[in-house]
Amino acid sequence: MRSVWALAAMAALSVLTTSTTTLAGEPKQGGILRMYHRDSPGNASIHEGATYSLNVPFMPVFNNLVIYKQDVAQNSMDTIVPELAESWAWVNDNKTLTFKLRQGVKWHDGKPFTSADVKCTFDMLMGKSQQKFRQNPRKAWYNEVNDVTTNGDLEVSFNLKRPQPSLLALLASGYTPVYPCHVSPAEMRTHPIGTGPFKFVEFKANESIKLTRNPDYWRKGRPYLDGIEFTIIPNRSTAILAFVAGKFDMTFPTEVSIPLLKDVKSQDPTAVCVVEPNNVSTNIIVNSTAPPFDNADVRRAMALALDRKAFVDILFEGQADIGGTMEPAPAGLWAMPKDMLQSIPGYGPDVKANREEAKKLMQKAGYGPDKHLAVKVSTRNIPVYRDPAVILIDQLKSIYIDGELDVVETANWFPKVARKDYMLGLNLTGNAVDDPDQSFYENYSCGSERNYTNYCNKEIEKLFDVQSQETDINKRKKLVWEIDKKLQEDVARPIIFHARTGTCWKPYVKGVTVMSNSSYNGYRYEDVWMDK
Amino acid sequence: MFAYLVRRLFLMLVTLFGISIVIFFLLRIVPGNIVDILFAAAGYVDPADKANLEKELGIDQPLVVQYLHWIGGFLRGDFGYSYVSEKPALQEILPRIPITARLAGLALLFSASIGIPLGVISAVKQGTKLDYGLRVVSLSGLSLPSFWLGLLILTASVAMFGQMPIFNPNPQTWLEAFATYAVPAAAVGFRSAALTMRITRSSMLEVLRQDYIRTARAKGASDAAVNYHHALKNAILPVITVIGIEAAFLIGGLIVTETVFNIPGVARFLVEAIRWRDYPIVQNLVMFIAVVVVFANFTVDMLYAVFDPRIRFTD
Repeated sequence: MRSVWALAAMAALSVLTTSTTTLAGEPKQGGILRMYHRDSPGNASIHEGATYSLNVPFMPVFNNLVIYKQDVAQNSMDTIVPELAESWAWVNDNKTLTFKLRQGVKWHDGKPFTSADVKCTFDMLMGKSQQKFRQNPRKAWYNEVNDVTTNGDLEVSFNLKRPQPSLLALLASGYTPVYPCHVSPAEMRTHPIGTGPFKFVEFKANESIKLTRNPDYWRKGRPYLDGIEFTIIPNRSTAILAFVAGKFDMTFPTEVSIPLLKDVKSQDPTAVCVVEPNNVSTNIIVNSTAPPFDNADVRRAMALALDRKAFVDILFEGQADIGGTMEPAPAGLWAMPKDMLQSIPGYGPDVKANREEAKKLMQKAGYGPDKHLAVKVSTRNIPVYRDPAVILIDQLKSIYIDGELDVVETANWFPKVARKDYMLGLNLTGNAVDDPDQSFYENYSCGSERNYTNYCNKEIEKLFDVQSQETDINKRKKLVWEIDKKLQEDVARPIIFHARTGTCWKPYVKGVTVMSNSSYNGYRYEDVWMDK
Repeated sequence: MFAYLVRRLFLMLVTLFGISIVIFFLLRIVPGNIVDILFAAAGYVDPADKANLEKELGIDQPLVVQYLHWIGGFLRGDFGYSYVSEKPALQEILPRIPITARLAGLALLFSASIGIPLGVISAVKQGTKLDYGLRVVSLSGLSLPSFWLGLLILTASVAMFGQMPIFNPNPQTWLEAFATYAVPAAAVGFRSAALTMRITRSSMLEVLRQDYIRTARAKGASDAAVNYHHALKNAILPVITVIGIEAAFLIGGLIVTETVFNIPGVARFLVEAIRWRDYPIVQNLVMFIAVVVVFANFTVDMLYAVFDPRIRFTD
């Protein structure tokens, strides 16, 4: 009899569970998503920023022409979907990209969106308009665009100097919103107007950012949330405690480190947490214009001395990836195959043998057990920079290099690097889009403002252009691997590891997707809803 | 007294003028300016863009011109615009002042209302278990940094009650306001309370050994009358001095406490403004703090006269 009751109870429970699941699967309207923010962004203008402290809160205010699907973790050409554009087409031998625009879209102040807004946004990005951005960090993305032309209110074309398939990928980035012509860049820094699912309400520096639902959003039925509130809490311990205590529905994306993740899960076992790579590499920058790193042997020895696995084990409890410039697979789409990676000096599994080879190179350069090389290892004064720098110093000891940590305040870090006032630096490079054009041209092309080491190799630069124009993905991949390998062999900017980080939310928060090959593209929040 | 007051006020003005120069030039000595920081955040620099922005913000001008521009504006009540938020500096600073003032006021109240009575008890009960206990408490107050204490309070409240005190920007009732400020005020005021307790105790012990106390007891005055009327009144002067100094030094503790408890007060805002080299905010805010500190010192000196009739400011 008891077993009959038990069976009945189980059946009832399963029915209840099923119905709850069904109910839970239906998105609900309403609720304010409360999230903490790691830092007070300098302003609200995405085009003038280069940190996801800015993208996360302000991306929901805008739309792009096209966007990476927000519910797919891995960005790729196949996941690009229309947003303000209804469709697109490559014409004129892949030198013109034409977009048909959505009709009836309105800016948050009620003015109509037209092709003129697209033109003036990109004219400003290309530096062709009267009005200028204070800063324009991604100007180089549009180097191959001759001009942007309109054909009526609902058609716009990008006319290129040469084919560049990756332009579409760059346009799909969270960094590429369309701005309104009728609002000045200065106003966009303080009170952004967009066409997106959420309207800007308020930004109190160091305090909070508030967004509210756009009731006239062109995508009917979206967004589900009534609003989003970001409370700025720079102190990570306080922020995590507040999340655990239920003051927030979600942590700041990708801001929970692997060791902290354990704390969160132990204090709040119901929290849903994901760990994803975020296409940020930790790398070494070398001043190769001054001794001792003007000597290629010393640079190569340093690259050979790296024990990348030790970094990953110590800092990430094994949860990080080793690769070249491009983000490692499976999250990254352009990563070298493993055997190719391991053929690069310093990447092979035998660290001891690598270091023996490094010692020989150091001896050739005039250093040895009796004559150590003293270097300053400069880095920014924040843990994600400082911690790996300490490990680097420890590893360099094995090849007669005595490193001294030189922590530099953020305010002085970039000016110091720009004027080459450093010997060796530990640096982080975030990639907005998992595409070689973004990474290669930005960080390695001769004269690029973000090419901190002034690395310049005309031969490789030619290959940049060849891969950039290649429309066959497989052919392009092979070229990219070859370039990436050469960049590592040249010790252009030795990559130590690619980080992985965690994001947590309460179980009633639904529809969150954390991008696996970008930290900048997944914050539209129009599909997020709360089951409560 | 009047002549003294005039002289003190004049000296205060001279002090504030000196402070304004020190603030201005110290801030310029710190490497990097707002433009460097903005471009550091963007990860690149275009020399032409940098020059344009420096011109737009007026930081390309000679330092003396910049100083005169600022101090002239300050005297006229024109505090300029924040470089970061591009809002009027006053609009950014003013709403944050009451938050920090309430926190500081409550911390000082905590400090005085806990520190003085416990200091008196400790002195009166010298050598007893209670005295030793209170001395341990005061020693721990001096030893525990406020950021650690704050985090401990937060961690304990989350671990024990699953709750966390979070700042309520718009308390509707006195009770809500008290609940908002009490815990952080206690965290930041604990050190001051401990210091006050120690000073009160040692000052009381010194006074209690005086002949007039013995005389008062011989005349049959009650313990309470002796301790609070005769002894405390005379022992309080160094305590007032310490509380006055603490009021000035409180800003350091408040920066940490506002950060740990995430209170959007003026202390944390100041640190952020320094990080961004937001000169209009930093200069005006530090100047404001200087004015408060100078007036606090002045008030303490005036209180001396109130509490000790022997002190005469006649010259």
